[in-house]
Amino acid sequence: MTDIKILDAVERYIRGEMNPDERVQFEALRKSNTEIDQLVVEHTLFLQQMNSFGKRKSFKSSLNDIHENLAGQGKIETMKMTGKAKVAYMWKRYKRVTAIAASIAGITAMAISAMVWAVAPKANSDYEKLVGDIKDDIKNIKVENAQQKNAINKVVNTLNDEKRAAIIYKSGGTGFVIDAKGYIVTNYHVIENANNIAVQNNRGEFIAKVVHADKSKDLAILKIVDDNFKPYTSIPYSISKTSARLAESIFTLGYPKNDIVYGQGYLSSLTGYNGDTLSCQIQIAANQGNSGSPILNKNGEVVGILNARQKSTEGFTFAIQGKYIYKALEDLKKSDTSYLKLKLNSKSQISGMERMEQVNKVEDYIYRVKVN
Amino acid sequence: MKEQTDEKALLEGLAASDKRTVETIYKENYNMVQALIINNNGSADDAKDIFQEAMIVLYEKARSGSFELNCQIKTFVYSVSRRLWLKRLQQQNRFSAPGDNMQEVVSVEEDLEQHERRNDEFEMMDTAISHLGEPCKSLIEAYYLKKQTMQEIAAKFGYTNADNAKNQKYKCLMRLKKIFFTHYKNENGDD
Repeated sequence: MTDIKILDAVERYIRGEMNPDERVQFEALRKSNTEIDQLVVEHTLFLQQMNSFGKRKSFKSSLNDIHENLAGQGKIETMKMTGKAKVAYMWKRYKRVTAIAASIAGITAMAISAMVWAVAPKANSDYEKLVGDIKDDIKNIKVENAQQKNAINKVVNTLNDEKRAAIIYKSGGTGFVIDAKGYIVTNYHVIENANNIAVQNNRGEFIAKVVHADKSKDLAILKIVDDNFKPYTSIPYSISKTSARLAESIFTLGYPKNDIVYGQGYLSSLTGYNGDTLSCQIQIAANQGNSGSPILNKNGEVVGILNARQKSTEGFTFAIQGKYIYKALEDLKKSDTSYLKLKLNSKSQISGMERMEQVNKVEDYIYRVKVN
Repeated sequence: MKEQTDEKALLEGLAASDKRTVETIYKENYNMVQALIINNNGSADDAKDIFQEAMIVLYEKARSGSFELNCQIKTFVYSVSRRLWLKRLQQQNRFSAPGDNMQEVVSVEEDLEQHERRNDEFEMMDTAISHLGEPCKSLIEAYYLKKQTMQEIAAKFGYTNADNAKNQKYKCLMRLKKIFFTHYKNENGDD
């Protein structure tokens, strides 16, 4: 018997797939041949390990699915910690600091008021009456002001609704989510000169605005500002900080037409058009609408952003390297501190999955970007 | 005693990785663990991590058939999560004893020791398989994890017949076993 046949027999023996005759024969062989006996023991252990490994792996991935499902249906509270929960959390975390700060503030306030009281001249009664009147007037003005504001808001809202119905968008390109709260990356040229922007996929159509635009890198970050948009709980892919490697196999999803389109290929050059080091060259079928599509590697890491603008005659396609998303985000944070909390996902959740599953997970995070 | 039989049915379902059962257990325990973590210096992401690890402990315990129902699933999950979180806090030096006036706790030390061992074994197999490279990795996964037949595999991977696929699988298996057992024996060499 060859080794391969022996192992085959051992596996069938362990699984109990042998017929009685075969089994008796094999057991006799096992008794007479210690090497085979050893192999049976060792292989039993190995198969057990393999089995546990497989079971745990699929259990683990099912847990993630269940979490997303239950969170989506609102059956478990996933606190992306808003409102009260967040306050409670911050309070617990920083209560000591808060207490110290509060007592210092208290002492300072008391000291200052004592000083003011000691120094200030005693006010006469006319003066006090005048102050009282002014206070009342201010109060009245404030109330009026609030009413006017409400009225204006109502008008603006109805205007917005009408505007929304009237806008006719034309297709621009593709974009993909980089932060669960609805931040999307796309190419600058996709949204250049746009008055209104909307993004659309099978979750719906949402209004978005540009929060960062960088013409030199041809990158833009959009934020969904639509009341109908529900934030994601997490993002399946990560954004790679390192460059892709030559010949690495890649895939993309984008909206060159009304429906999402999948494409696959490989990284063909580390530099882009005319040796441009900002981008790289990829071998993948793409056209205009693919601009802004994510380029993912087999681990589900975004290594680039497809850029179909500089299409040369030979039909090459180029991609902006993924690490520039980090750069763009840094710039954004520098320009406006309200974006400090934006964070890119650095660990892919779809690593090791089959391509069809990966695409299935990623699909919902890719949008058709429409402009007007 | 209806409750006890219910719990038993849940554990049996869990051991068989029945999706509905897993969902039920998840739904009934998640908020409790999340509250524990968040009340003790953790974030929602920490809560998800810790809870899912506790679910794995429960799953492997149920699967090993050694689960004696001496406490409720809820108590067990809570105790394991609490212990895991304490450990993580200690590692991060943010230690402060979790306040638990809300739940009874059972001792889970032994379960967690077993869990550690299984974690190590899982990691060993994971690294061994990822060291294989393609097409070995996919071939081994298709046969041993997805339990596909040699005919299916031959068709999927483009081998001319099942025997060719079998030959290739054998070579891959030998390499995998070699990598795996080198680590496995090193880890267990002390006893």
